Amino acid sequence: MSEQQMTSVPQPQTVPVPRDAVIVGGNRIPFGKAGGAYASASNQAMLTAALDGLVARFGLAGQQVGEVAAGAVLKHSRDFNLTRESVLGSALAPTTPAYDLQQACGTGLETVIQVANKIRLGQLDSGIAGGVDSASDAPIAVGEGLRKALIKANAARTPMQRVKALAGIRPGDLAPETPRNAEPRTGLSMGEHQARTALQWGVPREAQDELAVASHHHLARAWDSGFFDDLATGFLRLSRDEGLRPDTSVERLAQLQPVFGRGEGATMTAGNSTPLSDGAAVVLLSTREWAAERHLPVLARFVDAEVAAVDYVSGDEGLLMAPAYAVPRLLARRGLTLQDFDCYEIHEAFASTVLATLKAWESEEFCRDRLGLDAPLGRIDRDRLNVNGSSLAAGHPFAATGGRIVATLAKLLSEKGPGSRGLVSICAAGGQGVVAILEGC
Amino acid sequence: MADIVQILTTNPLARQLGVPQPTDLRRGRELPSGPVVLATAGGPGSLVRQTLDLLGINPLDALVDTPATRVTETDEEGRTREVPPSYPSRIGAIVLDATALTTVEDLEQVRAVLRPALRSLEASGRVVVVGLEPDTAGAPTAVASQQALQGITRTVGKELRKGATANLVLVDLLTGTPTTAADLASTLSFLLEGRSAYVSGEILHVGHAGDAAAPAPARRPFEGQIVVVTGAGRGIGAAIAETFARDGAMVVAVDVAAGGEGLSKVANRIGGHALQLDITAPDAGSRIAGHVAQRFGEAARIHTVVHNAGITRDKLLVNTDEERWASVLEVNLAAQIRINAVLLERSLPGGLDDGGRIVTVSSTTGLAGNAGQASYAASKAGLLGLVRAMGADPRLAERGITVNAVAPGVIATEMWGKVPLVKRELGQRMNSLQQAGRPVDVAEAIAHLADPATAAVTGQVLRVEGQLMIGA
Repeated sequence: MSEQQMTSVPQPQTVPVPRDAVIVGGNRIPFGKAGGAYASASNQAMLTAALDGLVARFGLAGQQVGEVAAGAVLKHSRDFNLTRESVLGSALAPTTPAYDLQQACGTGLETVIQVANKIRLGQLDSGIAGGVDSASDAPIAVGEGLRKALIKANAARTPMQRVKALAGIRPGDLAPETPRNAEPRTGLSMGEHQARTALQWGVPREAQDELAVASHHHLARAWDSGFFDDLATGFLRLSRDEGLRPDTSVERLAQLQPVFGRGEGATMTAGNSTPLSDGAAVVLLSTREWAAERHLPVLARFVDAEVAAVDYVSGDEGLLMAPAYAVPRLLARRGLTLQDFDCYEIHEAFASTVLATLKAWESEEFCRDRLGLDAPLGRIDRDRLNVNGSSLAAGHPFAATGGRIVATLAKLLSEKGPGSRGLVSICAAGGQGVVAILEGC
Repeated sequence: MADIVQILTTNPLARQLGVPQPTDLRRGRELPSGPVVLATAGGPGSLVRQTLDLLGINPLDALVDTPATRVTETDEEGRTREVPPSYPSRIGAIVLDATALTTVEDLEQVRAVLRPALRSLEASGRVVVVGLEPDTAGAPTAVASQQALQGITRTVGKELRKGATANLVLVDLLTGTPTTAADLASTLSFLLEGRSAYVSGEILHVGHAGDAAAPAPARRPFEGQIVVVTGAGRGIGAAIAETFARDGAMVVAVDVAAGGEGLSKVANRIGGHALQLDITAPDAGSRIAGHVAQRFGEAARIHTVVHNAGITRDKLLVNTDEERWASVLEVNLAAQIRINAVLLERSLPGGLDDGGRIVTVSSTTGLAGNAGQASYAASKAGLLGLVRAMGADPRLAERGITVNAVAPGVIATEMWGKVPLVKRELGQRMNSLQQAGRPVDVAEAIAHLADPATAAVTGQVLRVEGQLMIGA
């Protein structure tokens, strides 16, 4: 238990901000399965499509917004200016500034925080936040030996030097390096890390499968009811999320073999873990005035956000447990309890991530020893959790998830009415967690 | 990619072999390049002259073919023959006012002015005959003579070459609400301009707009108006959205979410709005109105709704189950009846404005039927009944709202491109213009019917099919 975690809990306070940042709406393309419908679509193509759908929805063709902030986790080196290039290929005015931002799976939400804060500080009147990722079109790098030899050959001044440099290449150097879904500092995949957490918190297999089934059923119902008519735009051959299984059941999921963890305690299967996915999502934020001038809707107000990180390398805490720390800090700052929310959007990296996080907040021991609280945060009303599905069903193109969740939650809160409150919690690689509060308008 | 028939028809050799060569049609808001000739039959009618005046067209007098006016021509071998008098240069159009025509003998005057004109008509030229609604003409002889104009015009349409068209406009002059020049102007302008490129052999009915006189035709008639187009993500719908935007409209482009990619592109290209919704949803009408009210203000109203969205589930009737049957009728017919009912609520924010327009896209299949398309033909024929009934509704007339349909024939869309080659080639040659129409041709007809100036046309079907040789 680190001293820092405890002392960093702030006292309730109201931080005056000059003005509100509001969420006008969002757009995403249906998420594809890795190697599926978007197998040959680039990050730039998908992000451009998401932007164009947003521009069309709000009639912004040819107009300039304050800025576009987006990112991708898996990125080709040629995509160093991915967001700006996507803006230039979109229907937005070419005078719209843009930049890339990256915080692993927290990227999408972090861009929302960034744009919202600039709006609140008066630096922007409007902005678009979002992200994109392709697990299909992932960059492949040459091995370290080959890379060094090529750099040497390129720097060579004489043909002899060049031949000598290239002669140093060994057959083993020719194997490409593909990006791995593994933590560089532990060599463990995210699933292996989470399997430890699931075991530690005793998250049963059945509970994970139930959460996964609920995610699919909720998402399918949302698509059927037209909920995504103004949140998603068809792309290539997809008009719904490719990994969505409306007819899945606990019985069916129970037949799957565990893929993470070992032996008796292994509970995590392909069915209760998020698949690798392709997709893009963006969110339009602005001041209330900017939206009103254009007769645009205002779905929700951005209230506040918090980011936490945990020491997963030493094994002190689980890789994906940082939101368990970020949320209480945010609640404390806003003077709220965990029960003060109408909707909870907890990113389903794995079903067990959601369940372990909820267990942590219910645990007296965790809340006392780890969070320094007198009492546990307590239970949430599970009927308010991920009510229109989440990543297990929709898929999780890393940087796109934040935009998907923020737009979905903003619409849910707008339907619930002014003053309704929603919590977003997203865990990220590197032991980080990005969380935020929205309020319905 | 050029297919074999395209090669056959565009290769110079093919021309020598006598394969019919389609003409590039004059399109858009372009008048013919040659002069417009005005003729009368049965007596000196004034309606057409006044209408041309309104349009700023100064017509030439027609030449008349009589034994006295013929000239003798001698060919190289010294043989002589009598030919009709000839215009000094190609003419762009002949407009014939036959509203005063009452006898069989009067029909000779029709022949006498058309003969010289047809010989001098330019490519994509126009023949426009204006007659009376035959049933209002009075005596049986007058009715017969007016009806004869239909046979003449449709035959001329089939005889014309090089993209020229012939159409008949029927007006009321002998009823209590006579057609005025202001009523006729929009239709005459449409028929003379390139906008009517793929309309031929057609009979158009122009009534009277009532107390509120129709505005004069304008180049951008939809400036500042809101136009809703369903099925706007591709094909004909995309062309409709683009044509309204060209003419000044703020277009709300509607399509299902699955068509969102195309819809976004269309909306962004024309600076409009994309509204994704399934028109069969029970709340589709209120969502359209809600979008308009929210995005353009509570006081905003829709000027035109174009019901273009449609589907096919083709099967022979013997193989059609209730599910297939219902889906087509639901999308193509029932959904728009429901949407109209909502948008016509007068107090509804974002509903249809007084003086508004409803235009629906029927099909020549609705008129003629087509093997394998019973459900589709049912829906498209149903639309014809719908517009006729709504066009006759005095409550809509009182509000200045018109309801019309277009019936496209063979239009070169992506869908048409999937029809098997031989069937496709035969299909697109079997009309007077010997080619398939373009999506924009349908769009122009719809924009014409939606034009504020087209106030005296309601309950009508305008076919855009280049005068099909077969079918109704």
